[in-house]
Amino acid sequence: MKKKLVCLLTAFALAAGMAACGGNSDAGSSAPSESSQPESSAPEADAPAGTPTESESAPAPAAGQVTFKLGGTGPLTGAAAIYGTAAANGAQIAVDEINAENGSILFELKYEDDVHDPEKAVNAYNALKDWGMQLSLGSVTSKPAEATSTMNNEDRIFALTPSASSTAVTEGKDNFFQMCFMDPNQGSASAQYIADKKLAAKVAVIWKNDDVYSKGIHDTFTAKAGELGLEVVSDTTFADGNDTDFSVQITDAKNNGAELVFLPMYYQPASLIFAQASAMGYAPKFFGVDGMDGILTMEGFDVSLAEGVMLLTPFNADSDDERTKNFVAKYQEKFGEIPNQFAADAYDCVYAFKQALEAAAPAADVSNEDLCAAMIAQFTSMTFNGLTGENVTWDASGAVSKSPKGMIIQSGAYVGLD
Amino acid sequence: MTFLSFLISGISLGSIYAIIALGYTMVYGIAKMLNFAHGDVIMVGAYICFYAMSSFGLPPVVGILLAVVACTVLGMVIERLAYKPLRMAPSLAVLITAIGVSYFLQNSAQLLWSTNPKVFPSVVGNDGLKLFGGELSISYVTITTILTCLVIMVVLVSFTNHTRMGKAMRACSEDKGAAELMGINVDTTISVTFAIGSALAAVAGVLLCSAYPMLVPTTGSMPGIKAFTAAVFGGIGSIPGALLGGLLLGIIEIFAKAYISTQMSDAVVFAVLIVVLLVKPTGLLGKTIREKV
Repeated sequence: MKKKLVCLLTAFALAAGMAACGGNSDAGSSAPSESSQPESSAPEADAPAGTPTESESAPAPAAGQVTFKLGGTGPLTGAAAIYGTAAANGAQIAVDEINAENGSILFELKYEDDVHDPEKAVNAYNALKDWGMQLSLGSVTSKPAEATSTMNNEDRIFALTPSASSTAVTEGKDNFFQMCFMDPNQGSASAQYIADKKLAAKVAVIWKNDDVYSKGIHDTFTAKAGELGLEVVSDTTFADGNDTDFSVQITDAKNNGAELVFLPMYYQPASLIFAQASAMGYAPKFFGVDGMDGILTMEGFDVSLAEGVMLLTPFNADSDDERTKNFVAKYQEKFGEIPNQFAADAYDCVYAFKQALEAAAPAADVSNEDLCAAMIAQFTSMTFNGLTGENVTWDASGAVSKSPKGMIIQSGAYVGLD
Repeated sequence: MTFLSFLISGISLGSIYAIIALGYTMVYGIAKMLNFAHGDVIMVGAYICFYAMSSFGLPPVVGILLAVVACTVLGMVIERLAYKPLRMAPSLAVLITAIGVSYFLQNSAQLLWSTNPKVFPSVVGNDGLKLFGGELSISYVTITTILTCLVIMVVLVSFTNHTRMGKAMRACSEDKGAAELMGINVDTTISVTFAIGSALAAVAGVLLCSAYPMLVPTTGSMPGIKAFTAAVFGGIGSIPGALLGGLLLGIIEIFAKAYISTQMSDAVVFAVLIVVLLVKPTGLLGKTIREKV
C-alpha cells in the first residue's frame, strides 16, 4: 500500500513538473514504468491521473501516406476506470494493426484521463487540442462526453464516441457520432428481445430514479413493453442514499409473480440485488444493460450469484467470427483479460475512421473544419462492418443503427445466447 | 407474513443505523461536537478488516480487533490534530473542520485503495435463522448487530454512570471550565471519548459491510448521515435514544418504501423526523435542559 502511495505521489510530482516546464517527454515515459501494474506495454491504460501518454510510435509516413492524430478522453483511473481502460486498450489494438499494415492511412493515438468527471474531461480535451488532435474519440462515459461534445462541436473536430450513450451527447451537434446504442434504444431493444425470445410474460423493473441513464432506459423499456404486451407487474426505484437495502423492491417483484427482473443500472447496486435476492430464495431471470458489464471483475464478488444473468450487448467475446477471435486473442495477449464491449466499440471506432478517411482521401494538410465536413458526409452515407455489428449505419443526428446480441453469464463468463 | 418480513428488513437496516448512531451520540454527548468524520472512520475500519481478512487471510475476529485498534488510534490522532487546536473556537469552526476531515479521509482512501468496489466477506456468514418453515428469515448479521448494539449500550451507560472516567466525562459535558477547576483533565477525557467513539465506528463498519457487502471509499458517508438523523431522532446525546432512533428510522424507511412509494421513501423518513422534532424538539429520549439565566 505504502509503495503504491509513493508511486502515486511521484507520478503527481512528475505531472506537476511536466506542467511547469511545458511537456518533457522523459517524465511521461517514466511514470508508467514505475506504476505497479505489469503491462508497461500499455502506457495509456495504467498511467496515473493527469499524466498524458502517447502511443508507442506511429511509423514515419511514406509518400502517399497521411498520419492522423486521434485523441480521446476516458476514465483511466477512478470508479469507472474499467470502462476507460477497456476503450483505450481496444483503440490501441486497432491503431497498432492499421499502422502495421502500412497503408495509406496511419494513426497516432492519445488517450487522456478524465476520471469520469466533466471538468477534468474538458481539461483533458484541451490538452488533446494543444497536441494537435484532428479526429476525436469523444469521451468514454456519458457525463464527461456531454461536456466535451460541446467543445468538439465548437472547434469543428469530428468525434465518434465508442460508448457515451446519453442522448444529450449528440443532440444539436452535427459532428458528434456514437458507436454504441443510445440509452432509449437500449430500453426498447431489451423489451423487444425479451418479447421476441419469450423470456417472460410478467416483468419487474428496479431502477435508480436520480440517474439520467437509468431513468432513460426505464422509460423507454416500460413504454415498449406495453406495446409488446409484456406486463410490467412491479416498478420500483432506489436512489443515492438508500441503495443498500433492496428487500422491499425484491419482495414486490416476487409477490407480483415477476418471472424476469430488468435492471437498468450499473453493476455495483446490481451486485447487492443479486446477493439479497439469493438470500431470499428468489431466483427469477435477471436482465441487465451495458452498465452490468464489469460485475464479473469486481474484487471479491461471488460470480455464482450472477449465474444466468442476461444482458444485451453489441459484442460477444466468444463468437466464432474470425475478426472477433483475432481481436480477443490479441487483447488477451497484450492486456491479460477478455475484452468487454467498450474495448470492441473503441476498436470499431478506429476502423470506422479508417474506412471514412480512405473514402474521403483528404489531403495531408487538411484543416480540421474541412476534415469535419468530409467525415460528416462519409458517416451519414457509409455502411460499416465491425465487431459490434454488421451493416452499421448512422443517421444525421449521430445515432447508430445496429442489432444487439443477447448474452448470458455462465460459470463466470459471458456466453452468446444466439 | 409480508408485513413481518418487512418489519425484519426494517429492523436489520435500523440496527445498522443504531450502531453508527451510538458513536455519534457518544461523542456529541461528551464533547458537544458533531463529528461528521464518524462515517468515514467507519469506512476506514471496514477497509482494514477487509484487507486483514482477504489479503492476509486472518480470521474475522482478528480482523475486527485490528480494525478497532487502528480506528481508535486514528480517532485519537484526528482529535489531537484537527479538533484540539480548536477547543476554544466557536462550535461552527469545529463543525466545518469535521467536514474537512471527512473529505480528507474519503480522498485518502481513494488514493490508497482505489475507487473500485470491493465485495466484503461477511464476518458472521450469509445464512439466517429460518422461521415458519422458511417463510421468514432473519439473517445472522441482523441478530449479531442487534445484540452488539444492546451490549454496547449497556456497557456505555454503566461506564458513564459508574466509573471515575465516566464521571469525568459527564462533568466535562456539563461544564468544561468547572470540570477543569475540579482537577479533571479535560483534554484526556475528550481524547478517551474519541477513542471509544472510533472503536465503536470500527465495529459498526464491519457490521455495515457484512450486512450490505459493498465497500467503496464513500461507503460510510450516506449511512453516517442517516445515522446522525437517527441520533437526532432519538435525542442526541442519549445513548438509549440512539438505539431507539436507529431502529425506528430503519423500520419507517422500509415501511415507507413498501407501503407508500419507493420513490418517496426518504421524503417520508424526513417528514416524520420533522414532525417528531416539532413536537419534541430534543428528540424522543432527549433531555430538556433549562437555560439558567
